[in-house]
Amino acid sequence: MIPAQFDYVRPTTVEEAVQALRDGGDDAKLLAGGQSLLPVLRLRMADPSLIIDLGGIAELKGLREEGNEVVVGAMTSHHDVARDDTLRQHVALIQEATKTVADPQVRHRGTLGGALAHADPAGDLAAPALALDAQFVIAGPNGTRTVAAADFFEDYFTTAIGEGELLTEIRFPKFTGWGARYEKFNRVAQAWSIVAVAATVKVEGGTISEARIGLTNMAGTPVRARAVESALVGQSASEENVRKAAQAAAEGTSPTADADAGSDYREHLARVLTGRAVLAAAG
Amino acid sequence: MTTTENPSTPAPEIGRDRRRKEDRRLITGRTRWVDNQALTGLLHLSVVRSPFAHANIKGIDTSAAKQVPGVVAVYSAADIGADQVQLPCAWPITKDMKSPQRPALAGSRVNFAGEGVAVVVARSAAIAKDAAELVEVDYEELEPVLDMEEALKDGATLVHPEIGTNANAQWVFDSGEAGSGGDVAEALKKAESDDDQIVVRRRFRQQRLVPVFMEPRSTVVDPNSEQLTMWSSTQVPHILKTMLALTLGLPEHKIRVIAPDVGGGFGGKIAVAPEEVLTLLVARKLGKPVKWTETRSESLLTAHHGRDQVQELAMSVTKDGQITGLDVKLIADMGAYLGLVGPGVPILGAFMFNAIYKIPAYRFDCTNVFTTKTLTDAYRGAGRPEATFGIERLMDEAALELGMEPLEFREKNWIKHEEFPYTTVSTLTYDTGNYEAATEQAKQMFDYDGLRREQQERRRRGDVKQLGIGISTFTEMCGLAPSRVLGSLDYGAGGWETASIRMQPTGKAEVVVGVSPHGQGHETAFSQIVADQLGVPFDDVEILHGDTQSSYKGLDTYGSRSLAVGGIAVVKAAEKVIEKAKPIAAHMLEASEGDLEFSGGKFTVKGTDKGVGIQDIALAVFAAHDYPEGIEPDIDAHATFDPENFSFPHGTHLCAVEVDTETGFVSLYKYVCVDDVGNVINPLIVEGQVHGGLAQGIAQALYEEAAYDDQGTLLSGTLVDYTLPTAADLISFDTANTTTASTTNPLGVKGVGEAGTIASTPAVVNSVLDAIRHLGVKDIDMPTTPYRVWTAIQSASGHAGRADEADVASPGAGLGSTASDISKGDTQGGHL
Amino acid sequence: MARIRTTVDGLVYEDDVEPRMLLVQYLRERLGKTGTVIGCDTSNCGACTVHLDGMSVKSCSVLAVQANGAEVLTIEGLERDGQLHPMQQAFHDNHALQCGYCTPGMIMQSIDLLGDNPDPSEHEIREGIEGNLCRCTGYQNIVRAVQDAASKMKPGASATQQSSAQPVAGGGA
Repeated sequence: MIPAQFDYVRPTTVEEAVQALRDGGDDAKLLAGGQSLLPVLRLRMADPSLIIDLGGIAELKGLREEGNEVVVGAMTSHHDVARDDTLRQHVALIQEATKTVADPQVRHRGTLGGALAHADPAGDLAAPALALDAQFVIAGPNGTRTVAAADFFEDYFTTAIGEGELLTEIRFPKFTGWGARYEKFNRVAQAWSIVAVAATVKVEGGTISEARIGLTNMAGTPVRARAVESALVGQSASEENVRKAAQAAAEGTSPTADADAGSDYREHLARVLTGRAVLAAAG
Repeated sequence: MTTTENPSTPAPEIGRDRRRKEDRRLITGRTRWVDNQALTGLLHLSVVRSPFAHANIKGIDTSAAKQVPGVVAVYSAADIGADQVQLPCAWPITKDMKSPQRPALAGSRVNFAGEGVAVVVARSAAIAKDAAELVEVDYEELEPVLDMEEALKDGATLVHPEIGTNANAQWVFDSGEAGSGGDVAEALKKAESDDDQIVVRRRFRQQRLVPVFMEPRSTVVDPNSEQLTMWSSTQVPHILKTMLALTLGLPEHKIRVIAPDVGGGFGGKIAVAPEEVLTLLVARKLGKPVKWTETRSESLLTAHHGRDQVQELAMSVTKDGQITGLDVKLIADMGAYLGLVGPGVPILGAFMFNAIYKIPAYRFDCTNVFTTKTLTDAYRGAGRPEATFGIERLMDEAALELGMEPLEFREKNWIKHEEFPYTTVSTLTYDTGNYEAATEQAKQMFDYDGLRREQQERRRRGDVKQLGIGISTFTEMCGLAPSRVLGSLDYGAGGWETASIRMQPTGKAEVVVGVSPHGQGHETAFSQIVADQLGVPFDDVEILHGDTQSSYKGLDTYGSRSLAVGGIAVVKAAEKVIEKAKPIAAHMLEASEGDLEFSGGKFTVKGTDKGVGIQDIALAVFAAHDYPEGIEPDIDAHATFDPENFSFPHGTHLCAVEVDTETGFVSLYKYVCVDDVGNVINPLIVEGQVHGGLAQGIAQALYEEAAYDDQGTLLSGTLVDYTLPTAADLISFDTANTTTASTTNPLGVKGVGEAGTIASTPAVVNSVLDAIRHLGVKDIDMPTTPYRVWTAIQSASGHAGRADEADVASPGAGLGSTASDISKGDTQGGHL
Repeated sequence: MARIRTTVDGLVYEDDVEPRMLLVQYLRERLGKTGTVIGCDTSNCGACTVHLDGMSVKSCSVLAVQANGAEVLTIEGLERDGQLHPMQQAFHDNHALQCGYCTPGMIMQSIDLLGDNPDPSEHEIREGIEGNLCRCTGYQNIVRAVQDAASKMKPGASATQQSSAQPVAGGGA
């Protein structure tokens, strides 16, 4: 099917993009990789009057190390995130999750920033970003501001990005030497996550010294499994310990019910998958 | 042997794994899909569809749509007479069958969500869609009719009030009445009071599926050639042509239908679609060529669905494992209207519930029901997968009740190889088969005993991932169909097929066939047959099909008939070519016809080295300078073959799955099938058909369902929600063949298109249950999603009801939950 | 309307397009490149897969304007001097297609896959083509074909196969 009519601009700087947003008003829509937006437009579930294509803004692409952080441009593709050596070394969790996003073609076009700004609760990158305490750099008419992951995801498909603003960078603290695992559970390979668990742990001398766990699709936003994190710290990474700690995984979640899963099943999956993710991350 | 045997006679083509002739265009993108068609002045049609399942149309305002630049016309039903059309159903299964009118566009009432109410015609598809969104329809909502059992109750809302009932027809076969067996009611009654027998009753649900051919449907009509020309993505160009003539009152000789490259069908393109009729009506009205191409979501919503039955089964069996009776009660959901062969689909199952087993008393009772859903019709297997699922699930259940090994129980009841030909309780005569041989080979390949040991080990250890083994020993009826049998079933046409061979002056052969391929590889397989029959090179044969101007007569492709019926017509035509060539050869060789023999493409005079090739004779009759008196200078031939019987492929399918008991996730572990499809023309094509068939049958077991909400809205309306398996979800299958040649046709072939789909679904579900039955699980509705498997394990272990208390002689567990319950997250009450 | 300039299968095109026009529509309707087909509206099926600047993309999920300045390779541009690409040949040799509708996308994605991973395992092949749906083959012979092509495209395989493989096997490289 064919999208409804829209105008199209392709700014080459963030300033131009912000200006285009201002000019475009309420009906303007940002186009990042387009892998979620274009199907939505094709099904005519949205009909923006203006599409602002961020693909021409060079400064939004690429990765760099800055001290204790790895900074990823919002328009960096999943494909590039998934094969970047710096991320593999320092922020393995986001890379593990990125490898499970959709399929290779979508990963070629889709972008980290686009996926995070879309904030689909079943999307795979928000939970790891939350677990990793990523910082979101947002540009707007009044310059840039930085929002912590905990404050970035507000509700279903809703983030802290305000009117006239756009996401420019995601800054990940380094988790060098931490093990990571994204445990994704879906019905068929193409399907969205029913539940997924992003876990990264630091193991020292067989003992878990730190743990970060984020849950996908257990609420309108990604959820930190803090009770599990604290239960894990100081424990040896044995199956028994991990599974016991994982029993708290569904605390503080509010999963939906749909044809693929009732909320009780999602809670159960969160516990099971958390155990598996932590064991794999620690192993 | 004669002295004239040609040492260079090529090896037989039949049986060779020839690479396909069709491939070259398809792998280079030089394809002829209908949507590729671009004619000067082509207009594009978009259908405005009802969002409601059941509603009165109070008014349609097209004024805004007409204002859109580039819009040529906007029509409601009455504007083009679309509400007066009665789309055809060719299979009135009973004399009193209720056939509500199925219009091309709804006039006053819509009966399913997605039914067309208006069309927009514009210079581009994009503009047509833009304008379609501006058509304002005033609907008055009516109660939807969604549950087929509720629909049959007194006082139910009627889909079509004018016919006074939601029941379409009831069709019964009773072996007692037919004289082919005993009275099943008596058999069951006797068993219930007999200490040496048990009665196993189960209720199974065949969920609704969507065929999902990869090429969305498309139709182009050019009204301005001498014959009105319709290109359509169809399996049935010939049937479509005749039906358009009958339905619209057009002279049939003024219509030409072309099915160019067709991207899959699986039964889903056996239709006279409303959109085909609409495209034609609009093209004629405007005098311009018009194209309609559906989107995938439009296809999922409106192209016909398949399956959708409730099955109530009862089997009486002696405690030592002999079946004494089988009672089958079906309710089948027709959806809102009757499709081309829709009401007959479940009826095909009547002949297959008894399967490969010797059953002394049998009754089949099917009631078709109307609901406010998309109509159902043929989908790969059509009636036979439903029956095979029912009986093969029931065989497992009965074995379980008897405490017998499921394979042993099957063997105890199946027809032994020395008993063929065997006339079944449902009156079909199976010509050949060897269930023992296929089963033995399958067990070997599968390492059946080894996997059973592994299963025991895992159970003993209490592994998270439990292993299950499932069996399906199936047969099917292929080669639709003997015309007289179809007549006895009140089908609206025959089951013959045609072929013509046109010998070119240069000796090449054009072979025109009435079957119409869409992925099956007819061009290759039929070339192999002709090459052997006429002794001409494989590459000298061209197969023509799918254009009613060249292929003027045929009954098209479905029901695994193309080889077993169409292929035999090719053989018959070749025999006629040789027969016609014989007197000419005799004339050329100055010999008497009686002294000639034909072999390797050449007539030779017995006992001499004198001979003339068929290709040389083709040139001789082209020149026609010298040929015998009293015959025509022509060796072309046409043949029509009407089969005397169906063919009966069979096979043994063994499936092993791993079930993650913590999450409910099912993964395929090993799949072995040994199929007897009779003689094989091209093993490569046979193997490919089996692979694809397996994937679709497995998908029914594990992945796919067309689910509706409680308002009658299709929930699985895109490929995001209607989940097809990808390569990453499936495994490599181990396939093999045993062969007992069919005795009812000269090639000894049986057909293979539907085998994998028919056989695999029960094998997979049996394996899933086998993996977790020890946890108390009795049944799980298809598709056996992780959620359903987990819920079944939970309820069996006492977390939500006690499924393990199900009575042996009462319907099994696993009932009741409908898709709409699931969508609301209602997990109370046991199995899903 | 937006003006775009693209190179498609080696030829340069300049056109005015509506911003809403999808790349796949541009290829089919404007350039007559009907070898690339549309199978869905949600980017699930992958039938429309082409290479955009050397990487496989679903051309139904790219706007034509986004391809401005880019190089596009479709199924129709794979043959070199009448010689099939090894992946095309492997699909034929291994009976990896039936109706053929998914085939252009499957072939383009499989070439991309080998560009990233020249020696994939069966598991890696299955995951590498998970964005492409096929309803006919059960994928088994497609997997075989990709394995076959991989072995023939390896360094050291015959020279003619190499020469036709190189220019287009660059997925992601």
